[in-house]
Amino acid sequence: MKGVRLSKGARAGALLFGFAALIGLLIFGVAGYLRTSPPTVSVGASSSGSVNLVMQTDGAVGVGPHPSWVGYFVQDASGAWHQTTLIQLPQNTDVHVTLYEYDSGGNLRNSVWSQVAGTTGGVAYINGAAESVVNPNTNTGNGIAHTFNVPALGINVPMYGVSGSAKNFCNTGPCNTSQAHNTITFTFHTGGAGTYRWQCFVPCGLGYLEGNGGPMQSLGYMAGFLKVV
Amino acid sequence: MARFVLEDSRSEEAGKSALVKILSVWAVVSIIGMALVWFVLGPHLAPGTMTDQAQGAQFDIKFVSTLVVPVLLFVWFFFGYSIMKWRVRPGEDGTLPAANLSGNSKAQGAWYVITTTLVLGLAAFGTYFLIAPAGAGGGEGASPIWTPGTTKLLQVQVIAQQWRFTYRWPQFGGMETTGIELPVNTEIEFNVTSLDVIHDFWAYQLGVKADANPDYNNVAYTKTLATGRFTVRCDELCGIWHGAMYNYGTVVSQQQFEQWATNMEQQNASVTKLLPKYSLTYTPSYSGAGGGYYNTSVDPNANL
Amino acid sequence: MAIDFSQETKSGSSGASAHKSSIFQPSIITGMVGGGLGFLFGHWAGNAIAGGYQQVVGSGSNDAAIVLGYLFAVVGWFAGLGALNYPLKKMLGFEPENVEHTSDPGWGKYFRYTTDHKVVGVQYLFGMLVYFFTAGLLALAIRTELLSPVHHIWGPDTYLEIVGEHGTMMMMMMTSVVLGPFGNYVIPLMIGSKKVAFPRLEAASFWFTPISYFILLSALWQGGFQSGWTSYAPLSVQQGVGQDGYIFGFGLQGLSMICAGTNIVVTIINYRAPGMTWGRLNVMGWSMVSLGFTMILSVPVLIDGLYVLALDRTAQTSLLYGPHGGSSFLWENLFWFFGHPEVYLLAIPGFGMVAEIVPVFARKPVFGYKTAAAGMIGLAILSFFVWQHHLFQSGMNPDMRPLFMLTTELISIPTGFIYLVGMGTLWRARIRLTVPMLFMLGVYFNFLFGGVTGVYVSDVPINVTVHGSFFVMAHFHYTIMGGVIFAFFGAIYYYTPLVTGFQLSEKLGKIHFWSMIIAFNSTFLPLFAVGLLGQPRRVFEYAARLQTLNDWVSISSYVLGLSLTFFVVTWMWQIVVTRKKSVRDPWSSRSLEWHVDSYPPPAYNFETIPVVVAGPYEYADPDALPMADIVVANAGRDVARENVR
Ligand code: HEM
Ligand SMILES: [Cu+2]
Ligand SMILES: [Cu+2]
Ligand SMILES: [Cu+2]
Repeated sequence: MKGVRLSKGARAGALLFGFAALIGLLIFGVAGYLRTSPPTVSVGASSSGSVNLVMQTDGAVGVGPHPSWVGYFVQDASGAWHQTTLIQLPQNTDVHVTLYEYDSGGNLRNSVWSQVAGTTGGVAYINGAAESVVNPNTNTGNGIAHTFNVPALGINVPMYGVSGSAKNFCNTGPCNTSQAHNTITFTFHTGGAGTYRWQCFVPCGLGYLEGNGGPMQSLGYMAGFLKVV
Repeated sequence: MARFVLEDSRSEEAGKSALVKILSVWAVVSIIGMALVWFVLGPHLAPGTMTDQAQGAQFDIKFVSTLVVPVLLFVWFFFGYSIMKWRVRPGEDGTLPAANLSGNSKAQGAWYVITTTLVLGLAAFGTYFLIAPAGAGGGEGASPIWTPGTTKLLQVQVIAQQWRFTYRWPQFGGMETTGIELPVNTEIEFNVTSLDVIHDFWAYQLGVKADANPDYNNVAYTKTLATGRFTVRCDELCGIWHGAMYNYGTVVSQQQFEQWATNMEQQNASVTKLLPKYSLTYTPSYSGAGGGYYNTSVDPNANL
Repeated sequence: MAIDFSQETKSGSSGASAHKSSIFQPSIITGMVGGGLGFLFGHWAGNAIAGGYQQVVGSGSNDAAIVLGYLFAVVGWFAGLGALNYPLKKMLGFEPENVEHTSDPGWGKYFRYTTDHKVVGVQYLFGMLVYFFTAGLLALAIRTELLSPVHHIWGPDTYLEIVGEHGTMMMMMMTSVVLGPFGNYVIPLMIGSKKVAFPRLEAASFWFTPISYFILLSALWQGGFQSGWTSYAPLSVQQGVGQDGYIFGFGLQGLSMICAGTNIVVTIINYRAPGMTWGRLNVMGWSMVSLGFTMILSVPVLIDGLYVLALDRTAQTSLLYGPHGGSSFLWENLFWFFGHPEVYLLAIPGFGMVAEIVPVFARKPVFGYKTAAAGMIGLAILSFFVWQHHLFQSGMNPDMRPLFMLTTELISIPTGFIYLVGMGTLWRARIRLTVPMLFMLGVYFNFLFGGVTGVYVSDVPINVTVHGSFFVMAHFHYTIMGGVIFAFFGAIYYYTPLVTGFQLSEKLGKIHFWSMIIAFNSTFLPLFAVGLLGQPRRVFEYAARLQTLNDWVSISSYVLGLSLTFFVVTWMWQIVVTRKKSVRDPWSSRSLEWHVDSYPPPAYNFETIPVVVAGPYEYADPDALPMADIVVANAGRDVARENVR
């Protein structure tokens, strides 16, 4: 080591190389970090002027870096399921939502969210039956699994859970309709363009304090955006 | 080396005349600046005049801002003048001695006295304006000591949860709403609590800010003086949707408020039945899930 | 000119290690290997212990494994660095050689656990620059998101992770930004000592920082923590494993502060040369004593809090969780009992640097030397009695509020002392506007805004409006970025000739200074308005009417980034490539550190311990003796005269 003497050119080269390496490292790190963002599923306009949005909620998504977390899958136009919560919708359009709920339920932290709100007619159809208030304490025994809540559009739709001990309970997503589920349908109007955040009000982040960590605080699981364009 | 002699420009006399110049310019500019801040900027300062508390805060901000003007100017003028006058010009030897001045008991003494007086004055001022408008709109904790002198209070419970505010109205059958309207010319008592992590209820135009702590009631008062819209924002980091945890409210006339509240009470009757009994705090035990974080066998709140 | 004897220092222990060099010689490489192995072991142990916990099964992630992994990684890291060899041998009754004190020429020593305070200083200098620039880039990422009120570049979760990472890294690392590089390097020289009191503690204090940095940074790739640098419970208990990176990163940096603080305090108390009385101690020395004591007394409280948080997160205790008997106020108080002294730990060394450098370029004694020392000691003491001003709206006992308002506002008095000292020192001075001096004047300019806005935030009725808003954000950036970071860069310009032996271009330095101070003010001044207009901190969405101001700020922050990049490139270029030899005592300082026999100073600093016969600031006395007889009288004056031009 002693006595190594570099010429001026060599020193300049080494320094420039160092800077270049640093920038490379930076780009590599940032790119690697960004790669983890969930995809956006676009729901195009249908002929009738309204669109259909089909989603499912699973007790464990089964894919990605956190397979054991609860989360959503959204169906794209070709019928393929994507594990995401980023949904692109056209503006000023009625959206017919079909939600397949495969998760078991629990209680709401705040029972005010048992009211259906912001949907056409103020109701949601749970397995075909119209409901405007679901009773988290007495419902069929399986509690409420999740709520679909878009604050800026005033939407709140609670979803009944299925029995966690059902024979054909879906353990990992994406699930299919041969497994135990509830089907919830409702319609809402998108209004003007904008990015509307949505979340769930059932503390469903299992293993996290208050049930509000993990999937509840990560895009792609129980937190998302409706990108109305 | 020949005996060093300090130039005239750095002599004591030069210093004295410099001080006179600085102080006189400073005095004039300060007065103008203070007047501008007080009269021109003052009425537009945050957070407006919608409530007694907001008005008080605006007055305080105006007052402190006015006081800040001469302080800023004094330091600027002093530094600016010194640098301009006593900087080394090209060609000068910058390493020669300057004035041998290692202190000045008069200047130092004056400085200590003035800063101490200013600081103690400000503390007294702040204390007065904290106590007079019933805690100045800040969260006073569970047992407030500065209260409005009336028992005719509208009680509003602010319930923060990840990531929305809801409002409960004990005087209206304990209903819970997602929106908030308030009557004008009314003393309001906010009871702020949280169902999970720490949030903060910041109603900007009302001049109210109070942390929402789990298992704890934080009381804040305000008296509405004018109608209009106000913004509620969560002001304590509470996780992913902290930045989106806001809503808007309105201060309306007393009749409009009565009407709104009675309507809401009817509309919400079926949900109100499902709510827990009104209380100042709500532990998860009674409203459900704990996320399974604590082992079920030791968690007193589990499975309820 | 005194002889340069550095070539002849062959005696001592350094010779022994020189020929032992091989890849198995402990260095940063073996440290990383040790750290990696330690992590794997700890991770395995954590899985073995806690793998079946209900919480672990539910969440799919095991905090106990991560925490134990980090714990053993630290042990492995220090073992790999060879830090444990000497103490262990000693404990076992051997008489080991002091191989860590190497004065080898060459670069190797900078990558090893080395007990020469000058090597540690240089290690710190580069470390701090890396940490500062990493966190600075994160700041630009924050500002990029805030370009638009509604359109999002990052997800809201990612955004908070970036904010928390930026804040935590800055607040952790910048506590040592002056103490680390300059306190360690310069203080022993300043006080006429050949060494520091606890060279091993000092070395350890540095080697805690890279692993702390790495652990904190790696949190980003593990989901980060969305709880900010304050990490209030129970939100921090709720977070994923990224929060463990916060706990460990901050905790290790805390240990580093305790080591560094202890060393510097004891060094200054016990290693002053004969004649270096307390009355002659450089103001910088006083700032380091105040700083060291503040660190030693406040950091343990942080570590205690982190320990409690770690228990709540790994062993599911509920010390910070109300419903099971704990209290979220406990964390708030533990955190801020450290956190407020911490912000003064950031400010005090900046003030020390300023009061040290200004007299050199004013050719005058420090105005009110005792006032300066009292100011810094006063800040240090008062900083322990104000912490609840962060909790005015928290729902704390209301009758505490006037008290904490008073103590907080009292802080303005010692802060004012620093201004008194600065203004007095410039009065009838001979002011050379060199680059270091410009930075010091910049500190005064910037800190003033931080100082006066401190009055707003401490006034409880105003606090109701500004607490938790961008106003506070602007306030503390003015004090820290505008204060200590400016002092840091000024100190780099000032001490580069001493530390590297190379002279820096005044012209490039001035470009850096002017672009930095303008961009800095343009970035942060509008944020006071943004805060008053109602924008809370840590939000990814804000009111549309505030977009213009926010965009202005974001663009300014990019200019600030460019200015800092300009610094790195030009500075590195000058010390690596062009390498213009510095003259002796380039600034004509009286202080001892400049009167060593070579730049960089020889391994043992002084051939013989100097006997101090005069103070460091007697610039205005034409008959003043040099500080000590090692100095060839006024050796620097002739050269410096040429420099002035
Ligand atoms: C390089 C220039 C810097 C820029 C442009 C910058 C910018 C920012 C921004 C935009 C935020 C986020 C504000 C928010 O959304 O709440 C922030 C937060 C913060 N910054 Fe800086 N900053 C800089 C330097 C520093 C320095 C030098 C320090 C301290 C040593 C520092 C400490 C903090 C802290 C503690 C936070 C709060 C983090 C939190 O809320 O948890 N910053 N900074
Ligand atoms: Cu959910
Ligand atoms: Cu919140
Ligand atoms: Cu503080």
